[in-house]
Amino acid sequence: MNKTLKLVFAVITTTGLTFSAAAEDYITLASTTSTENSGLFNSILPLFEDATDIQVRVVAVGTGQAFEIARRGDADSLLVHDTAGEQRFIDNGYATERADVMYNDFVLIGPANDPANIRSAQNVAEALAAIAEVKAPFASRGDDSGTNRAELRLWQNAGVEPDGDWYRELGSGMGPTLNTAAAMDAYVMSDRATWVAFKNRQNLTLLFEGDEVLFNQYGSLLLSEEKHPHLKHDLAKQWHNWLISDDGQQAIANFKVNGQQLFFPNAK
Amino acid sequence: MENNNALYVALSLVLNLDATLYQIVTLSLQVSLLAVLIAAVIGFPLGAAVALWRFPGRGGVIIALNAMMGLPPVVAGLTVYLLLSRAGPLGEWGLLFTPSAMVIAQVVLVLPILAALSRQKVEELLGEYREQFISLNMSRRRMMPTLLWDARFALLTVLLAGFGRASAEVGAVMMVGGNIEGVTRVMTTAIVLETSKGDLPLALGLGIVLLTLVMLVNAGAYVVGELTRRRMG
Repeated sequence: MNKTLKLVFAVITTTGLTFSAAAEDYITLASTTSTENSGLFNSILPLFEDATDIQVRVVAVGTGQAFEIARRGDADSLLVHDTAGEQRFIDNGYATERADVMYNDFVLIGPANDPANIRSAQNVAEALAAIAEVKAPFASRGDDSGTNRAELRLWQNAGVEPDGDWYRELGSGMGPTLNTAAAMDAYVMSDRATWVAFKNRQNLTLLFEGDEVLFNQYGSLLLSEEKHPHLKHDLAKQWHNWLISDDGQQAIANFKVNGQQLFFPNAK
Repeated sequence: MENNNALYVALSLVLNLDATLYQIVTLSLQVSLLAVLIAAVIGFPLGAAVALWRFPGRGGVIIALNAMMGLPPVVAGLTVYLLLSRAGPLGEWGLLFTPSAMVIAQVVLVLPILAALSRQKVEELLGEYREQFISLNMSRRRMMPTLLWDARFALLTVLLAGFGRASAEVGAVMMVGGNIEGVTRVMTTAIVLETSKGDLPLALGLGIVLLTLVMLVNAGAYVVGELTRRRMG
């Protein structure tokens, strides 16, 4: 009995120690899976932490969920890619300031035999129309993420209503969607960062890229002090300013996977 | 040797004493063990009390406890998330996205299992002991510790079932922990992350490590149980 008690106390004390060990300054950043999964944060966060002694804890979710986390006051800072949604967030009073940080681009991925022949499409609208035309399977995120929102806008621009058996809304993140697309030889739109870092490609290959409308802008937001006075606004501001500073922009430009630059800094 | 084989990945992770892995494993064990411990402190007396006392609505309580054993982790996670969120009733505590939040969510998941199963074990034992208790003129409150102690081997198995549930679930800890690297990333959420990166061998390798850990904990409990049983004769 005594031994059991000792064990119990040992567990409790070690747990308590570990849990309270992280007492240094930190902020919680709500961001998207594309930035986390590609390894960008692993590359740039140590530099920021060295410069400021502020730890950044990243909660990587879809853009829709990231907005929701910030709206409820559960994150100190927000880095997402849905410029229209970010503007609405400011209009609704949840954030006070937004800055362009960097961009990457979306690419169209599909089975190597390319049944809709989108390789020869002139622009992305033509490519999507071709996929709808032959009713080739298309895997959509269907999760209200920034990528999902961008994809829906592109269908609209192409004048195609994505509807039918061939259009599959998966309701999952970019990685799981690529896994599923690989398993069912479907077309899929991905951000380039996740695609380049993705390992389970099977028969999938990059088929279409380069159209200007595939441009994917990331923005950093300063959250409202009025709505959420308890947040660490001072620390969050340091992070925001570092991202758009020369040091931060250089750190983003230096991040490469397989020798390929994935994010292009463009703070003004 | 080719390194896209899950077993090979698992072995090299363990043999290289990978610091990140070590930290993730430690946190997984701490969160799940602490959750099971807290759930046991509440759940065992609760189960025994339901077994011992007769009160109106007792049937309803038993059905509720049994049904809650099947509570989907993601629902438990969502509930705890809404409670701990800054916009929620316990937001002041600032616990969301911390290991403490993960412990709370797992307690919610494990507690019904420990309470429901210990209720059943204690009730069985009560059937055997009833006459003796009556002859000793024992109060229900006095019966409880005796019954719990004498059911300890059965309760150890119940504890392991609870630990299994806690260490295997991913929905709840993902939601309330946020899978933050170095802070709230545990084995199961790491597996989800590696799967989403398409690194299936690493994901499966982590799965093998997790399975081995759970097996070690079970083996440890089995050995302790057998040794005590033997010593008690």
